[in-house]
Amino acid sequence: MERMELLPNVFLTAVQTDRFKTALMSASLLTQLERQNASANAVLPSLLRRGSSRYADMTELQYRLDELYGASLEPSVCRYGELQSIGFTARFCDERFLPEKLDMTGEMASLLGEVLLRPNTRGGLFRQAWVDSEKEKLAERIDARVNDKRGYAINRLNEEMCCYEDYGTYILGTRDSAENLQYVSLSKYYKELLATSPVELFYCGSAEPQAVADALCSAFLTLPRGELNEELGTDIRMNTVSGDIRFFEEEMDVSQGQLALGFRLGECMEEPDYAAIRVFNALYGGSATSRLFRNVREKLSLCYYASSGVDLHKGILRVLSGVEFSRRQQAQDEILAQLESIRSGITPEELSDARRSVANAYRTVSDSPAALESFWLDQLLRGEDYDAETCAALVENVSAADVLAIAESVQCDAIYFLKGEGHE
Amino acid sequence: MNKLDFPRIGESFYTCTLPNGLPVYVLPKKGFSRSVAMFATHYGGADRRFLLHGQWHDTPAGVAHFLEHKMFDMPDGSNALLELTARGASANAFTSTDVTAYHFSCTENFYDNLSLLLRFVSTPYFTEESVRKEQGIIAQEIRMGEDSVGTALYYGLMGALFDHHPGRESVAGTVESIAEITPETLYACHAAFYRPSNMVLICIGDVDAEKVCALAEELLPKEEQERPLRDYGEKETLLPARKEVQRSMSVSAPKFYLGAKVLWPETGEERLRLMLKAELALQTLLGESSPFFTRLYADGLLRRDFAVGLQSSAGAACILMGGESKEPDTVRTAVLQAVEHLRKEGFDEERFERCRKAMYGTAIQALEDFGSMASSLMGSVFEGYLQPRLFSLLPELSKEECESFLLEYLSEERLSRSLVLPL
Repeated sequence: MERMELLPNVFLTAVQTDRFKTALMSASLLTQLERQNASANAVLPSLLRRGSSRYADMTELQYRLDELYGASLEPSVCRYGELQSIGFTARFCDERFLPEKLDMTGEMASLLGEVLLRPNTRGGLFRQAWVDSEKEKLAERIDARVNDKRGYAINRLNEEMCCYEDYGTYILGTRDSAENLQYVSLSKYYKELLATSPVELFYCGSAEPQAVADALCSAFLTLPRGELNEELGTDIRMNTVSGDIRFFEEEMDVSQGQLALGFRLGECMEEPDYAAIRVFNALYGGSATSRLFRNVREKLSLCYYASSGVDLHKGILRVLSGVEFSRRQQAQDEILAQLESIRSGITPEELSDARRSVANAYRTVSDSPAALESFWLDQLLRGEDYDAETCAALVENVSAADVLAIAESVQCDAIYFLKGEGHE
Repeated sequence: MNKLDFPRIGESFYTCTLPNGLPVYVLPKKGFSRSVAMFATHYGGADRRFLLHGQWHDTPAGVAHFLEHKMFDMPDGSNALLELTARGASANAFTSTDVTAYHFSCTENFYDNLSLLLRFVSTPYFTEESVRKEQGIIAQEIRMGEDSVGTALYYGLMGALFDHHPGRESVAGTVESIAEITPETLYACHAAFYRPSNMVLICIGDVDAEKVCALAEELLPKEEQERPLRDYGEKETLLPARKEVQRSMSVSAPKFYLGAKVLWPETGEERLRLMLKAELALQTLLGESSPFFTRLYADGLLRRDFAVGLQSSAGAACILMGGESKEPDTVRTAVLQAVEHLRKEGFDEERFERCRKAMYGTAIQALEDFGSMASSLMGSVFEGYLQPRLFSLLPELSKEECESFLLEYLSEERLSRSLVLPL
C-alpha cells in the first residue's frame, strides 16, 4: 500500500496488484454525522450523479460508462463511527482484458473528478427540479428502512441507545430533514463541504501508484481547499446511559420478532486492543462457532439466527436475533447469560476457533478490491496503518486473558424488540 | 484430464468426468489466499416427483431444502458445518428451484476441507429426533421468508406466470408440508438425487486439479448410476396462468415484478445464446442508458434498483423486470410502449453496440468473485454449457435476433405482474 497527500488533506491510498481483472477507484468526502446535515450529505452523491458540465444528464453519463465497458460509478454514503463519508465508487475492467486499447485509469479518474466537482448547475446553483426529485427519492429510501426488518431493528436500536449522541443519527437523516432540503441552501452547503472536508481517494488495480496519483491530481486540481473542519471525529462513550438496561419496543405487521441488544465496550476503549475485541466478538456471536450460534440457535433452537457485530470506531457491540414473539424473554436471557458465562471462562478450543475465524477474515482481504478498500479506510480512519497480514498476526497472539478483559468491560446499555401487532 | 482455455479472459479450466459419472471442474488461481469448493446436486424445490427403483415417488414441498439442512449431521454425532468452521473455513449451502449446493471457502487445509465436504454430502444420516428438531428451525426460516418482500414478489410472479410447474411454490415448502417429512423421505431423495452422475464438483483457487480428482474418486461411490428421471407435469403454454397477483405488506411504496414466460431450448449452446440474447436485448430496451429508463427515472417513477433479466430453473424460464414505483401501471404501459417503438424503429445501432460493450465488461467484472463464479459455472454445467463461452458468443449476436426476441415475448397477452402494495 502507498499513501500520499495529493493536495492539502486529500489523501490517496493505492494498492498495486495484477491479480484482479478489475480495478476499483473511489473518492470520499468526510464529514461529521449530525442530525442537521445527514440528509444534505446523503442526497449529494445521487444529485451529483444526475449530470455534470461535460455529461449533461444521466443518459450521457451512462453512455460514457457503457463505452468504458460497463464501468460503474456508484454514489456512496456510509459511516465510520460518527463520521459520514459521501462520494463515489468506480469499478471497471482492467484494460488487459479488453478487446480495445483504452486508458481506463485516466478515464475513470477524470470521470470521478468531473462528477464530484463540476455539477450541471444553473447560475451556479443546483437545478431545482433535480434537487426536488432526488430529495423525494431520498425520502422514499428513508421510508424504505422498514422493508428490511433486520436492518431496521439495528437502526432503531442505534437511535434509541445513542439518542444523546451523534451516533444515533440515521445515516440518511429523517423524512422531514429530507423534505426540507432546498436547492439554494444545498448549493451553498455543497461548496462549503468541498472546501472543508478531508478527502480520501482509494485505488486498487494494476496501474502504478504514481500514474494513479498523477491522473487523480489533474482530475481534482480544481477542488477548493479552505479551512479544514478540525472537529471531525467519533466521541466514545465508555459507560451506559443509565444504571439499568433501557428497553424499547415497537409493533409492526411481522411474523417473526427481531431482538436487538446494544452494548458499550466500556473501559477497554480507553486504549483499545482491536485484535482482542474482534476475537471476543467472534467468540461471543460473530462466527459459526460462537456461543450465540451454538447455544441460542443450535442447542436451544431458540431462534433462526443470533449473531453479534462490533463498531470499533464507536466502541459498541450489537447482537441481533430473529425469534418467535413468545420466546423473546428466553432468547434475551440466554444471550445475556452467555456473556456472563464467558466472563467465568472460555475453553482453549473456542479461543483458537475464534482467533482463526478473525485471522482468516484478515487473510482474505487481499483477495478482492472492495475488501481492500473497506479494510484500509476503516483502518486509516481509526488511525492505524497495519496491513491485513499484520492484523492477522496480532489476532493470533490474543490470549484468553485478553478476551476475558474485554468481556469484563462490556455492558448492556439498551434492548430493542420489534414485535408483531397485538402480541404481549 | 482436459484443459479448456479461455484466452480472452486469461483463464484455463481443467476438467474430467470420473468413472462414477461426476464432472469435475478446477480453475487454478495462483497467488490468491482464498480457495473455494462447491459440490452441488441437480436437485431442488421443484423436483418433487421422481422415479426410483422403477417406482414414481411424490414428496412434500420443501424436501430438497430440508435435506440441505440435515446433510451436515454426521453419524458420529458431529456436525460438518461446525467442523469446517472450527478449521477456519467459511461453509454454507443453498437450495434453489433446481439446485442444492454445498460450498466452503478457506485459506488453509483446502484438501482436508474438501474431503470433509465430499464425505458429508455423500453420507446421509437422519434420525426421528434430528428431523423433528429441524422442523422447528425451518418453520422459523419459513416465517422469516413470509416477511420478506422480495420472496413474496418473486413467488407472486411465479404463481401468476405458471399454471402447475412446481417452480411456482416456495423452495422451503410450508410449515404444514415440512411437517410430513420423515427420515425415510430424506433417505429416498438422497438416494435418487445425490448420485455423482447428477452432481458437479467445482474448485477455484490455488489448487491442484489432479489432487482434487484423486480425492473425489477415493471418497465417493465408485459405481455409475443413471441420472434420475423427474416429472414437472405437462408442458406449460407461453400464456400466463393469471394476469396479476397482489399482496399487501408493510412496505413504504408499491413494489412490482413484471414477467413473461420464455421457451427454454433443448441444448446447452442454444440456452447460453438465449440467456445472452435476452440480457443484451433487455438492457438495450430497458436498461439504465435507455430512453425508457431515463424518462421514468426523471419522472420519479423508477429508481436505480429497477432490474431486468432472464431467469430459468427446472426448465421454467421467464423474463423478469422489477423495482419500486408509486405508479406500477404507468411502468407497465411504458414497457409495452417501448416494445411498440422497437417494432417501428428497431434498435439504434450505436446504442446497441454500447450495450454490448457494457455487457462484456460486466461479465468480466463478475469473474472477480470466486463464490459467484463457482455458482454460475455450476448452473451452466447443469444446463449443458460452460459459462465462460459467453466471451466468444456475445460478440456474435446480431441486433436483429435481439429485436425479434423482444417482439416475440414482450406482448400485452404474455405479460403478467406481481404486486406488493403498502398496507
